[in-house]
Amino acid sequence: MKRFKGFVKKEFYHIFRDKRSLFILFGMPIAQILLFGFAITNEINNVDIAILDYAKDAESEKIIQKIKASKYFNIENQIDNEKAIESEFKNGKIKAVLLFERDFAKKLENQKKATVQVITDATEPNVANTITNYTQSIIQNYQNQKNTTQEQSVSIVMQTRMLYNAELKSVFNFVPGVMTVILMLVSAMMTSISITREKELGTMEVLLVSPLKPFQVIIGKVFPYVFLSIINAVVIVSMGYFIFGMPMRGSLFLLAFESILFIITALSLGILISTVSNSQQTAMMLSLMGLMLPVIILSGFIFPISSMPLPMQIMSNIIPAKWFIIIVKSIMLKGVGISYIIKETLILTLMTLIFIGLSIKNYKTRLE
Amino acid sequence: MVNHISNEKVIEVENLTKKFGDFTAVKGISFHVNKGEIFGFLGANGAGKTTAMKMLIGISNPSSGNANVAGFDVHTQSDEVKKSIGYMSQKFSMYDDLTVKENITFFGGIYGLSRKQIKKKTAELIEELQLGDITKSRVGSLPLGWKQKLAFSVSLLHEPKIVFLDEPTGGVDPITRRQFWELIYTEADKGTTIFVTTHYMDEAEYCDRVSIMVDGVIEALDTPKNLKKQFDVDSMNEVFLKLARNIE
Ligand SMILES: Nc1ncnc2c1ncn2[C@@H]1O[C@H](COP(=O)(O)OP(=O)(O)O)[C@@H](O)[C@H]1O
Ligand SMILES: [Mg+2]
Repeated sequence: MKRFKGFVKKEFYHIFRDKRSLFILFGMPIAQILLFGFAITNEINNVDIAILDYAKDAESEKIIQKIKASKYFNIENQIDNEKAIESEFKNGKIKAVLLFERDFAKKLENQKKATVQVITDATEPNVANTITNYTQSIIQNYQNQKNTTQEQSVSIVMQTRMLYNAELKSVFNFVPGVMTVILMLVSAMMTSISITREKELGTMEVLLVSPLKPFQVIIGKVFPYVFLSIINAVVIVSMGYFIFGMPMRGSLFLLAFESILFIITALSLGILISTVSNSQQTAMMLSLMGLMLPVIILSGFIFPISSMPLPMQIMSNIIPAKWFIIIVKSIMLKGVGISYIIKETLILTLMTLIFIGLSIKNYKTRLE
Repeated sequence: MVNHISNEKVIEVENLTKKFGDFTAVKGISFHVNKGEIFGFLGANGAGKTTAMKMLIGISNPSSGNANVAGFDVHTQSDEVKKSIGYMSQKFSMYDDLTVKENITFFGGIYGLSRKQIKKKTAELIEELQLGDITKSRVGSLPLGWKQKLAFSVSLLHEPKIVFLDEPTGGVDPITRRQFWELIYTEADKGTTIFVTTHYMDEAEYCDRVSIMVDGVIEALDTPKNLKKQFDVDSMNEVFLKLARNIE
């Protein structure tokens, strides 16, 4: 145990004294988050919207005035038919259209219920989401005000429609995707580089001549990266939850368990890479070409798997990241329990065992 | 110089062979080393010195043949072998990004030394090598000669019976090499067996006995004095040249 502590301490010295390691560990996640943070902003200010008012009555006018009065929206123009919506969006001038149904005031009076539609351009999913939330609260406010001065309460029903990106894909892909990339980067790439560095420098031989067993050397080397990966995972999930509004419907415990499983999968891949490369350069190239690219291209993080050509869809099955992204989404968005993701979990476990097996085999042949 | 040697054999090698595919790097070598001896393992680049040494220290499996190191079989008891030996690899074997002190602490730690022992050893080392205030410097910033002396001392931290040095003085000037050999003598006087490879023939003169390896075969093995007599020359360098010529 004392040996282990000394070993881990030394690994942390390596990590904290190497600018490249520091950048990958802390710079990359921050860079990624900033990148997405700028692309996906929560604050909206003076967003241009259009009004399609089929009612043109007192009620609709009052709501429009409210919207106008808020600093969030700027009413760019009035349109008069639904066909115009699409061309307005394509121009990129406006981000949303507010549609009042015919006889809005009359319906509110007689049926105590009328509908407003908010149609958003969801190519920027977070903006679309925020617009929907803000208009909702303005209309809700109006309804509440109205109800305090009336005997019979009315309700204004809000319908939302997202154009171009009905499922708000990128918001929900962002957190699991970044998490997967970072965990791969830290666990697989950093581990393989740090092990091959010892081989390149000749210190690995010295370690192997010591009374430490080879597996103790490897565990000592990967442990710090497990630790740092877990911290990264926690940071990314928290940012997703608190800043970007990613829901967390399932069990945190299950998410932690699955993340650790994936970290181990990635580490075993890193170890496997280090058994076949003799220089840090090779390890880095192998990690980048063999791991990062497939993670980014084939995992469904950026390009939806369902729209890939068939051969690529088949290939995506051997990418551990694909399964992990499915797991994270299922837990966070659908709130499922382990029984729903048992297949994905078993696949990851099996892959891990295969990687470890191959590493041991490679290691043995090298000794012969 | 010979008084530190006893008759006890601490390394015994018989027909040791290593094949890499079709290529045989070490071709059935046999020799022994006595306790306390400084044994020079000579040969040109690519002769097979490192390959042979790696089999003796238990990090490479022999293709055939036997080797017994410190009383243990390298095939079946490599763990025991590892506990009895120290090793300084041909590549520099410490961490450049760690300070002198951190390196000593780390290597002492993996050999299971207690904190107290490490402290004591560190103090001794500072004294012996006159490290003074460089213990807080990163090893990477030290001159090569310093690094080599340090690596040698670190390989001795756990007080091994035998220490294996693979070209420990590669790339430094003759004066620094001479200083390094002073350290080797000091250690040998304590009864430690030294197994050292080199391709500097002047260093061969410092050894109790030397073997000369050519293309995986030991072509000559004796004391430097006897070898010079046998080949009728004045220096080990000439022995080596003559030997190479004879083989051609
Ligand atoms: N892992 C290996 N695979 C194949 N050939 C090797 C391997 N290691 C060493 N060799 C070859 O064995 C020969 C002896 O190498 P080595 O023992 O390093 O020589 P020396 O230490 O005497 O300079 C060289 O020709 C080298 O290319
Ligand atoms: Mg060599």
